[in-house]
Amino acid sequence: MFLKSTYNELLKIAYKPRSYIGIGGIILIISLILFAFRLDGQIYISILTGQFEQSLSFEGTILNGNLIAYIILQMLIIHVPLLIAFVTGDLISGEAAMGTIRLLLTKPISRTSILLSKFLASCVYTSVVIICLVIMSVVFGKLLFGTGDLIVLKSDGLIVFHEQDVTWRFFYGFLIAFLSLVTVASLALTLSCFSENSIGPIVSTMGIILLFTIIGTLEVPVFDNIKPFLFTTHMAAWRYFFDDPLSIKQIVYSICILVGHIIFLLLIALYKFNKKDILS
Amino acid sequence: MLGRTKIVEVKKLVKNYGNFCAVKNISFDVYECDVFGFLGPNGAGKSTTIRTILSLIKATSGSIRLFDKDINQYRNTILSKIGCIVEKPDFYKFLSAEKNLELFARISSVDVNKSKLHELIEFVGLKGREKELISGFSHGMKQRLGIAQTLIHNPDLIVLDEPTTGLDPQGIIDIRNLILKLKNEQNKTVILSSHILSEIELIANRMIIINKGETIVQGSVAELLNAQDLIVSFTVNDVELSKRLLSESSFSKDIDSFSSSTVLIHTAQENIAHINKLLCDNHVLVSAIETKRKLEDYFLKLIAA
Repeated sequence: MFLKSTYNELLKIAYKPRSYIGIGGIILIISLILFAFRLDGQIYISILTGQFEQSLSFEGTILNGNLIAYIILQMLIIHVPLLIAFVTGDLISGEAAMGTIRLLLTKPISRTSILLSKFLASCVYTSVVIICLVIMSVVFGKLLFGTGDLIVLKSDGLIVFHEQDVTWRFFYGFLIAFLSLVTVASLALTLSCFSENSIGPIVSTMGIILLFTIIGTLEVPVFDNIKPFLFTTHMAAWRYFFDDPLSIKQIVYSICILVGHIIFLLLIALYKFNKKDILS
Repeated sequence: MLGRTKIVEVKKLVKNYGNFCAVKNISFDVYECDVFGFLGPNGAGKSTTIRTILSLIKATSGSIRLFDKDINQYRNTILSKIGCIVEKPDFYKFLSAEKNLELFARISSVDVNKSKLHELIEFVGLKGREKELISGFSHGMKQRLGIAQTLIHNPDLIVLDEPTTGLDPQGIIDIRNLILKLKNEQNKTVILSSHILSEIELIANRMIIINKGETIVQGSVAELLNAQDLIVSFTVNDVELSKRLLSESSFSKDIDSFSSSTVLIHTAQENIAHINKLLCDNHVLVSAIETKRKLEDYFLKLIAA
């Protein structure tokens, strides 16, 4: 029954027009970025490398598909959560607003199964968004700009990754990005259990992400103790795969924080959804 | 109710929302093949009771047993035997009627094939519209699809909460006929909640009337109504003479004139022929006799009390 319910949830996502706004948004934004880099990419690169011209000389094509993919990932990690929340924040509250929740919850399937199937469906949707992100940034990036070594600019200098050393870093980087977005999906799904309309959970999810991001960037000592536990602090954990040497401890810690948030949020959602009186 | 299986047993049901008590100690039983009318004005607690039976709302106290099982312990087993429409039948607007039915069939613990789906669509009179998106469906069409959805897993109990709300007269008749078809042809047990009194009177064999969350009366519809006097309207050529004759008789003291040719009298069924004879013997010409004992009068009397 759980798998049948998950299939139903995937079907609903597939047929809902709003599901394609996220995917369409990614395609549009990345197309624009690729177009802009195709026209003015060299100017961007010269600004990037300008500060090192005195001490370093660069040979080969710096502006390549790997660098483009890396830049796109940095840019989009702020926008993609909104696109994910747009769909997952609607999964329960949208049913309440539409009135279909009454019918759904009078079927012989437990509320826990319904919620978990919605969560699983939102994970599948998130993975589709990530795959789009990969295709558009890595595949199209390499097709348009070719391949080459990846130069990553860090606060303390430059790291150059050999072309053969990049693919696995992107693979694991995208996996962590997936985990970050599933955390956002869990948050939106949880908030969705508390609402009867779909706008509330979407706005609240973005509000929480914004608030946590502000707390995370403020250099105020009072927030220092909570910063390591905010999921937003670890949403950019994919960048750890572009460190040399790799900080396995930091990566594992970020994964634990993100998974911990997912479990915690799902438990809240399950508690609320199972207790909820359906009055709509 | 000897010999009939009890399908629903509600005992001392209470539902509070904070300090507000929506349902106060309601108890009733529904038996196999009953069309059980659930009657009450808006806000009486009908929907709350029905939603509690269907586990959409958690009861504050009391017990609900369906098919001899507690709803809290055997929720899924019980719900697999129930088909329902709660208030208006809402479907996924971005899906077709057929896709909606497939979707609900998938989680109704039965394997439903396409031919069964099409049979149901034909049964509710939506043949040829099954591929259309729900967003283009009228309220009446959604109600019909709602009925198809309730029958998809061949349930033993059908719960219809206000199934004719918002329908035009033809739609109301169609839904009524569908319910009667379910009872007569498929021997289904039906719980029908409504504030449309004629609907209950025409379809239900047993009923409960609730108001402000409390039971006012319950029992067989026929027995409850037969216990009441009729309102009989006599169309006569001499209203004043008729009123005098009737007030001097022992048939009733509750006599009124409705127009220049109509006399209304509250009396028992068996007195009608005698009243007619009395009027005719006194040279009053009676051109029409109409009985008006309706559930509406009974209901309003109870609610007012």
